[in-house]
Amino acid sequence: MKFKDQHIISMREFSREMIDHILNAAEKMEPIAHGKHKSDLLAGKVLAVLFFEPSTRTRMSFETAMIRLGGDVLNLGSVDASSIAKGETLADTVRVVDGYVDAIVLRHPKEGAAQLASEFSRVPILNAGDGAGHHPTQTLLDLYTIKRESHLEGIKIALAGDLKYGRTVHSLCYALSHYGAHITLISPKELSMPEEIISDIVARGAKIVETDSIEDAINDVDVLYMTRIQKERFPDPAEYQKVANRLKVTMETLKGVKPELKIMHPLPRVNEIDTRIDDTPHACYFKQAFYGVPVRMALLGLVLGAIE
Amino acid sequence: MTEIETELRVRRIENGTVIDHITSGKALIVLKILGLPDSSHGVVSVLINSHGIYGKKDVVKIENRELKAEEVDRIALIAPNATINIIRNFNVTRKNKVHIPSFVEGVVGCINPNCISNSNEPITSKFKVTTEDTGLKLRCFYCARVISENIAENLL
Ligand SMILES: [Zn+2]
Repeated sequence: MKFKDQHIISMREFSREMIDHILNAAEKMEPIAHGKHKSDLLAGKVLAVLFFEPSTRTRMSFETAMIRLGGDVLNLGSVDASSIAKGETLADTVRVVDGYVDAIVLRHPKEGAAQLASEFSRVPILNAGDGAGHHPTQTLLDLYTIKRESHLEGIKIALAGDLKYGRTVHSLCYALSHYGAHITLISPKELSMPEEIISDIVARGAKIVETDSIEDAINDVDVLYMTRIQKERFPDPAEYQKVANRLKVTMETLKGVKPELKIMHPLPRVNEIDTRIDDTPHACYFKQAFYGVPVRMALLGLVLGAIE
Repeated sequence: MTEIETELRVRRIENGTVIDHITSGKALIVLKILGLPDSSHGVVSVLINSHGIYGKKDVVKIENRELKAEEVDRIALIAPNATINIIRNFNVTRKNKVHIPSFVEGVVGCINPNCISNSNEPITSKFKVTTEDTGLKLRCFYCARVISENIAENLL
């Protein structure tokens, strides 16, 4: 499998073989991510971190990945204070920066920005989120978490929250369908998964059930993936309150679940998950955040040709 | 209407192009795509809701101009059943159905206001075209948003 010099833009074109390859590479990176082994795999390589909107977690996770592999990070700083304010196009910024570095991590508020950047860059572009668009490293770290903490093949997973606008949830469903997943979609009707996506993932082999209650689904699943519901999606604040309270996991909710149930959340959470759950073996969200590091290490190693 | 009456309204052309079987009501959009009327060309005539064998259709006749392939591609997006007849010396020398391109560049604008193709970047819009039983679908190469209705309204 050839990842060297490839851009990582979207999950859409990732086959199961490609995903498995990345997840296997990530597993080998884990001891280095923990700081148990030293590595100079990417010594002499420089990664540009080009964030046109803030996302501290994603940025730190990429920076940690690069540093743990002995590489250097060039943080272009807050972009609104520099070139973008002067009206420079993204295409120009990329053509300048690609001369300084060996790879570029890009976060941008406009959808399709990573695709555009890849057309102008001589070095690999890693998409760290473009608008409401793709965020492939999030999907890969979600898959990696499921693989490490539960199992991927035939997984029974429930996804709860805003399934209409949550595009990372859409990508995750596409990817899970490669593994014959049984997916329960939990959302208020106003925020249910678009029909087009459901029919796509069913055609790819996933089994889908829809409900609006966590309680209906939770006892039967291996993984519960919670996401945040944004208040702005609701014209009426009272409606939001109703929904927000319904899609909440408390200690009460966990009565009768499988002992091996894992609860995931991309973070930050608001109040979807009671903090008392943090100390139970079900809590998986902080580990999930950590797993972003080995996954990003694997991707950097692959696109920079340091591993195959 | 008899043959003669039609002839009076829309005369035959000596040289040029007849675009036939245009989806009824779309003739004016075809003209827009072709940048017509344009003073440097000859007579352009348009028949709207003409009766054809397969129901109503529009017809556009353009004197002294033969269409380029990319113009034909654009027409296909809004009138997928159109035929292009090249006329020389009052005779049809070539008759082709339009074919729907699998990829179009710089023809249609993305409907997503937050799409990078709608900002001041040195790129042209690009769409992957698919045909399904429900009709044409254009998927933005950048943001993946799908345009399936009112394609004509988004022509650049
Ligand atoms: Zn677009």
